[in-house]
Amino acid sequence: MSTDATGAENAESVAATTGAGTTPPSGPTLLQVEGITKTFPGVKALDDVRLDLRHGEVLALVGENGAGKSTLMKLLSGIYQPDVGTMELDGEPLHVSSTREANERGISIIHQEFHLMPDLSVAQNIYAGREPRRLGFIDDRELVRRADALFRRLEIPLDPRQQVSQLSVAGQQMVEIAKALSFDAKVLIMDEPTAALNDTEVRTLFRLIEGFVSPTTGVIYISHRMDEIKEISDRITVLRDGQYIDTLDTPGTEVGDVISRMVGRAIKTDVRPSASGTDRPVVLSVRGLSTRKLLKDVSFDLHEGEILGFAGLMGAGRTEVARAVVGADRSTGRLEVRGRTARVRNPAEAVRHGIGYLSEDRKRYGLLVDQDVTANVALASVGRESRAGFVRDAWSRRVAAEMVERLGVKTPSVRQRVKNLSGGNQQKVVLAKWLVRDCDVLIVDEPTRGIDVGAKEEIYELLESLAAQGKSIVMISSELPEVLRLSDRVVVMCEGRVTGVLDNADATQQNIMELATQFGGAEHLLATTGAA
Amino acid sequence: MSTTTTPVTDTLPESVTSPRGPRYRQGLQQILAFAGLVAIFAFFSIASPYFLDWANMKGILLASAVTGIMALGATFVIATGGIDLSVGTGMTLCSVMTGVFLTNMGLPLVVGVLGGIATGALLGLVNGVNVSFLGIPPFIATLAMMMVAQGLSLVISGTKPIYFSDVDGFTQIALGELVPGLPNAVLIFFLAAVVAGVLLSKSLLGRYALSIGSNEEATAISGIDVRRWKVLVYTVAGVFTGLAGVVMASRLNSAQPGLGLGYELEAIAAVVIGGTSLRGGKGTVLGTVIGALIMATLTNGLRIMSIPQEWQKVAVGIVILLAVFTDILRRGKDA
Repeated sequence: MSTDATGAENAESVAATTGAGTTPPSGPTLLQVEGITKTFPGVKALDDVRLDLRHGEVLALVGENGAGKSTLMKLLSGIYQPDVGTMELDGEPLHVSSTREANERGISIIHQEFHLMPDLSVAQNIYAGREPRRLGFIDDRELVRRADALFRRLEIPLDPRQQVSQLSVAGQQMVEIAKALSFDAKVLIMDEPTAALNDTEVRTLFRLIEGFVSPTTGVIYISHRMDEIKEISDRITVLRDGQYIDTLDTPGTEVGDVISRMVGRAIKTDVRPSASGTDRPVVLSVRGLSTRKLLKDVSFDLHEGEILGFAGLMGAGRTEVARAVVGADRSTGRLEVRGRTARVRNPAEAVRHGIGYLSEDRKRYGLLVDQDVTANVALASVGRESRAGFVRDAWSRRVAAEMVERLGVKTPSVRQRVKNLSGGNQQKVVLAKWLVRDCDVLIVDEPTRGIDVGAKEEIYELLESLAAQGKSIVMISSELPEVLRLSDRVVVMCEGRVTGVLDNADATQQNIMELATQFGGAEHLLATTGAA
Repeated sequence: MSTTTTPVTDTLPESVTSPRGPRYRQGLQQILAFAGLVAIFAFFSIASPYFLDWANMKGILLASAVTGIMALGATFVIATGGIDLSVGTGMTLCSVMTGVFLTNMGLPLVVGVLGGIATGALLGLVNGVNVSFLGIPPFIATLAMMMVAQGLSLVISGTKPIYFSDVDGFTQIALGELVPGLPNAVLIFFLAAVVAGVLLSKSLLGRYALSIGSNEEATAISGIDVRRWKVLVYTVAGVFTGLAGVVMASRLNSAQPGLGLGYELEAIAAVVIGGTSLRGGKGTVLGTVIGALIMATLTNGLRIMSIPQEWQKVAVGIVILLAVFTDILRRGKDA
């Protein structure tokens, strides 16, 4: 309960890693989270997690994708309830069952995605659901007056009457922050607040945070940007795989210390022998790929028989690269397939050039969930295999049966509807669809997301055997061990740019994470690591 | 009773009726729709002594033909998750154009008929381009086309009916009896149903229409040029609209420019009663045929029982609600 106890436990867990100095027990606790466990069907998102936020501090919360940061925040803001564990705010038990309730208790959260109504004004957004009223009608004048007073207090240069959709992304972020601060917040939680901001705007944000922090308040700051964390935070709490790892005092902590705790053991297991070298011919060459929203000048080469891993944090732009390459989203840049310029304006043209894309979101972009295994497996190829515009059902059934056999899809029959299969088997069905199409280049995006360990291993083996047959594979993954295990080379992305290309031999979780949290200086790194 | 209903199932291809198809649940749905049809038949045969009269049966089948042919085309559009509101007035425009070709321009019968069907195809093509390439929601695109077609029918005909009295054999298209006792309009409907059934269940067009309706984004990512196939789907629906227009003109021996509005809703109702989901991805031609027969039987039976027309509408509305609700109940069990 007390900070002493937390400190002691910290010391124990730290002893297991490096024994670096932890926090001396000092100051009363503003927010105390103890022994929190949260399970979702098939996944333990949080396992006995703790966290304490002191009065007047900014606590950074870091961890890889899937470490449990967002789940923890959702517990604090009342979106989820913990299975086990206690939460206390200023010594009082904290049970919140909605964001509204959390707001009323003094916990405000700014989510990574905006939750604004674009067609309403700034003031209407900030006071949505709690508009000042007169005679039962919304008092617009009072609404604007309140917003104006809020902006003056926070020194935010916004016009309360302006429509939100007319604001820049940074402006919208400011609205979110103002909204969060308009509640009498004691605890302000920010999830990647600077993801969309430029340097000047980050300054403004930091000024706001400093203005907010007082002896009665505190901030939990979730970010991947180490430089910002070093600047703004007092302490850093690290989560990994849903577990509490450590809390470090920011002064005197090196970035490397934080990253090594985020990734855990820096031991590489099961490294794929880097057999296929870059001396084999280039199958797919991407140059200067850019999109309006995120990607900036992305270039890479994919060699025959190569598995090219794409690592990076959420929002780094890996999926966007895949979608741009297959023409699912608009982009500028140049694409060469086996040395010849290829024009790919939609996925149909990509498939014609032999490029298939397995999406990270298999329900939305991968499967016809209401249809059977046969229809799904055959989908990408029925056209090629048709005769005079007619489907060859016998062929479809045969390849579906073959694939079920070859990939070990657990299904009672090929007529089973895909929605009745488990995640791993669904993923095998999507893979089967592309195997039947026999593309030379396969872009697989999070191929093992949401599937169990056994099925993961089978999918790894399948990808490896495809590469051995001379197929070229781009593998996007948020799981670093997976990237390290399968990739011949690893492209690391950060905020829409390629920040480095590592050979399998040089790639470690540590240096991938460093590149993935890199902010700026991309050119320098490209030069030193020798981009293809 | 059985003599009147058996032809429906007999004329459909094995692929549509076969229980061994992968979509056995849709088979169940057709059985339920068919049971509904039988129940309505049983009810009216007890309620009215004239109902089972062969002349009346012929009337029902004839009444179902035009809506039924339109509904066949609408089945494809609805299978993609779209909607076509322009089939009613579009059908009228096709009638009018057939009149222009045959009566005003004096073209040969075959050319005029094909011209009427081509008019429908053109309307569908425009719908498809508007939906696919301009990104206009199907509801709006075809609502606009519904109005355009209605207006054009009146403009081209000068708001007056065009009569086919001088065109030899034109009425034979719908009212002749190649099969003794069975008006050709009904024969055309059943033949069109066979073609539609094969297209929906066996052709790439049908396969892709259902795939698009199931998950348009996944279908596109799988390398299928979704936009072009959607244009084709709307065009095919237009062909059926054109055919309906020709049959309608032949049955009335005239093109009535004021007709048409409201037929699209009857066609959509027939499709929905037949178990095709408005959300797309699921649908059969046999269901649509049964749906069209249910609509026609209901209207006919109520009329024979001297139920006022206003109440007939109420009854039809309730049947549509019941049909869709049983579908929802069935699907609820599945989820």
